[in-house]
Amino acid sequence: MAEGIRDKVVILGMGCTKFGERWDMGSDDLLLESYQECMEDAQIEKKDIQATWLGTHFDEVNLGKGGTYASAALHLPLIPVTRTENFCASGTEAFRGAAYAVASGAYDMVLAIGVEKLKDTGYGGLPDSPAFGQEALVIGPNATAPGMFAQLATAYAAKFNLPMEKVKEAITHVSWKSHQNGAKNPRAHLRREVTKEQIMGAPMVAYPLGLFDCCGVSDGSAAAIVTTPEIAKKIKPNDPLIKVKALQISVSSGEEAMYDKWDGASLLTTQTASRKAYEEAGIKDPRKEISMMEVHDCFSITELVTMENLWISPPGKGPEDVLNGFYDLDGEIPCQTDGGLKCFGHPIGASGLRMIYEMYSQLLGRWSEDRAVKNPKLALTHNLGGVPNQNVCSIAIFGVD
Amino acid sequence: MVGICSIGGYVPRYRLNRMVVYGAMSWLAPANITNARGEKAVANFDEDSITMAVEAGMDCMHGFDRNDLQGVYLATTTAPYKERQNANLVSGALGAPDFIRTADFGGSLKAGTSALLSALEYAAANDGGKVMVCAADCRLGKMGSVQELRFGDAGAALMVGGDDVIAEYKGSFSAAHDFVDHLRGANTKYDRMWEERWIRDVGYQHFVPEAINGLCEKVGLSPGDFDKILYPCSYGGARKKINKVMELDQEKIVDDMLGTVGDTGATQPLLMLAQTLEQAQPGEKILVMSFGSGCDALFFEVTENIKKMKGGGVTKWLNRRADLDNYQKYLVWRGIAPADTGVRGEEDKMTRWSLVWREHKAFQSLQGVKCKKCGAQQFPPQRVCANPDCGAIDEMEPVYLADKGGTIFSYTGDMLAASIDPPAVYGAVIFNGGGRSLFDFTDCVIDDLAVGKPVEFTYRIKRYDPRRDITVYFWKATPAVEEVE
Repeated sequence: MAEGIRDKVVILGMGCTKFGERWDMGSDDLLLESYQECMEDAQIEKKDIQATWLGTHFDEVNLGKGGTYASAALHLPLIPVTRTENFCASGTEAFRGAAYAVASGAYDMVLAIGVEKLKDTGYGGLPDSPAFGQEALVIGPNATAPGMFAQLATAYAAKFNLPMEKVKEAITHVSWKSHQNGAKNPRAHLRREVTKEQIMGAPMVAYPLGLFDCCGVSDGSAAAIVTTPEIAKKIKPNDPLIKVKALQISVSSGEEAMYDKWDGASLLTTQTASRKAYEEAGIKDPRKEISMMEVHDCFSITELVTMENLWISPPGKGPEDVLNGFYDLDGEIPCQTDGGLKCFGHPIGASGLRMIYEMYSQLLGRWSEDRAVKNPKLALTHNLGGVPNQNVCSIAIFGVD
Repeated sequence: MVGICSIGGYVPRYRLNRMVVYGAMSWLAPANITNARGEKAVANFDEDSITMAVEAGMDCMHGFDRNDLQGVYLATTTAPYKERQNANLVSGALGAPDFIRTADFGGSLKAGTSALLSALEYAAANDGGKVMVCAADCRLGKMGSVQELRFGDAGAALMVGGDDVIAEYKGSFSAAHDFVDHLRGANTKYDRMWEERWIRDVGYQHFVPEAINGLCEKVGLSPGDFDKILYPCSYGGARKKINKVMELDQEKIVDDMLGTVGDTGATQPLLMLAQTLEQAQPGEKILVMSFGSGCDALFFEVTENIKKMKGGGVTKWLNRRADLDNYQKYLVWRGIAPADTGVRGEEDKMTRWSLVWREHKAFQSLQGVKCKKCGAQQFPPQRVCANPDCGAIDEMEPVYLADKGGTIFSYTGDMLAASIDPPAVYGAVIFNGGGRSLFDFTDCVIDDLAVGKPVEFTYRIKRYDPRRDITVYFWKATPAVEEVE
């Protein structure tokens, strides 16, 4: 019986670039920036890295396919470099590959690194790529990410019989809270606090999502070195260990897109991956046990339904929790403590690792008091890639010992 | 007996008041005020002659079995393809069987009646075998031209056969003249015409009487014996003169819809005939004529079956309307003026023909599958059942979804997507009978939509690839016509 990888892998070091419109930086520069910080933090040398997993999504405007670009950019010494691509979970997938490599005993010092250079497209939003295959170019709608996720809101309002104004009020709080947090974070792309009036009154991108309901589009990179608890103790005898408690992925089965059961107002993959992750981590009541989270707030409505699909807010009660400040920085489970995708933007391959970087830093108590979570024990990260009816969800849970 | 079994019409939703056009272009052509009366029907940005022909064909198909079709003919002078049979696109969208006769008719505004005659002769020669005749045109005049004001877009369809005919075919007369009133070369986008006085006096006033007399002589009737006479003629003065010379009773002359729809080219006689049959009484004798490079004149007699007519009509489409109150929008939609849809709009999307052929039933006919084990309907076609509790492999039977309709499951209006009709409105639709898929919505604004509202499917242009001159078609969802206020 498979038992998962709880407590078998620890994070030895991490790095994260400033996210933003890094016009002067290519993917290679971004990789180097997160790699350097990560290596310094891990206190190891290049020759110690035995294998690398690279997370990246859009090869069209980024660094092409395969592992060669990253290997050549960092001049890694002929070690395996495996490119992982699984939509917005790509960064977490890279981390999972690295963690599994360590847990399996195949290697004991592995680099997971994610990068995305989005700002070379010449237009706003994500690149228009045939993400769902050539067939979808004929049968799929003329859609963009905001429009696909916006439908969560129309279906959510219909399912719970809520007026759209009520949904909008809750998702406005979601974005408002993230901007509050992001404003304090020098690595964030968008660093301005915004008022709820600004959010509500912003131009519509895809009904009912306005400009501030959508995350930014940025360049960025983040990296982690993972190893065994034994090695970590040797290298950093005085530091607490940041252990991987769970790593789970769930991918849509086609049921949501084609079959009649899905309600359109939830994410089946998030429900599934989180349930499995709690089991792997030994968590019984996530609402009580999880200390803080970084969830995939590509759009404010995604974060709202995610709170329910992570089994933290009861179905239909997400808006209530959100408006009560449950997920604010000083709430019961602070969420998007770094500002989230909302303020960091979403360089696809980097986002999962950026979230882990924030949770890792919080667990180690590295942040100044104004944005530190008090005595965190368990941290969760969540990615949702693709579109609500066809997606990939990753959940990672970390603990400090 | 052979004749018409069913009628179908299609008039696009948008109507452009001719004064809007005149107001924008009168600085160039002030004399056009004489042509600026009434309104014209304008194809939506995602419509062309193929899609309008399909709409009319779908309308005509109501109450009939598509598997009974032995042929699908398309008449148009504005076909998107010179090579790649246009009628096959229509036939595929109508869900007609594979082993049938298809043909394109074009080259003159007679094309509609020529297709109809060929279909009637097919039925006569093949025990009344059913042929669907679809016509649609979407002709363009240059900015400031008379044609710009006059031309309208529409489709019409007539199903021809031997059973339950509502109008029996009794005879025809044809004339072929290389009389070049209007002209478009093989690579020309806009219509060009010779002096209108000549078209009026030497064209209409000569050829219309010639065809009426020719037909009367052939079938042994006099013009006064007909109850309804349908002929296209863009000139009111000429029409009056013809009626006077031929001693035609004004009440028998059917409205040419110039003031409401416009001059719809090859479609015009068929659209007028469909409209006439919609209100016809048993025993009525109808003469319908085309005009373009000569004339076809056809004689029909309405039967008792008209009382139990199935199929569609023209009136409901005339009533379903929305003002297009913006001349610039018209120019952009019809490809007359280029519009910037941003760099996102420049992304290249190639058509891969081997893939299109592999999936042609899904793409053209909105053909999905239904699981024989659990009954779950699904689109696009699956080999493994999408029902997680079933999962049967290769237990599917095909199901034509295009006429099923559905209800809205979720929707949005997207300002980020590159579109010449923003916001791009789309969402998930639950098919009647089960299963769901994402669709673009068309002929609506976002305020027309709500979760649970009924929709129909309509064959539309998905995109145009200017690099390779390829028009890609697929189905979109639109609020059910009955739902439109």
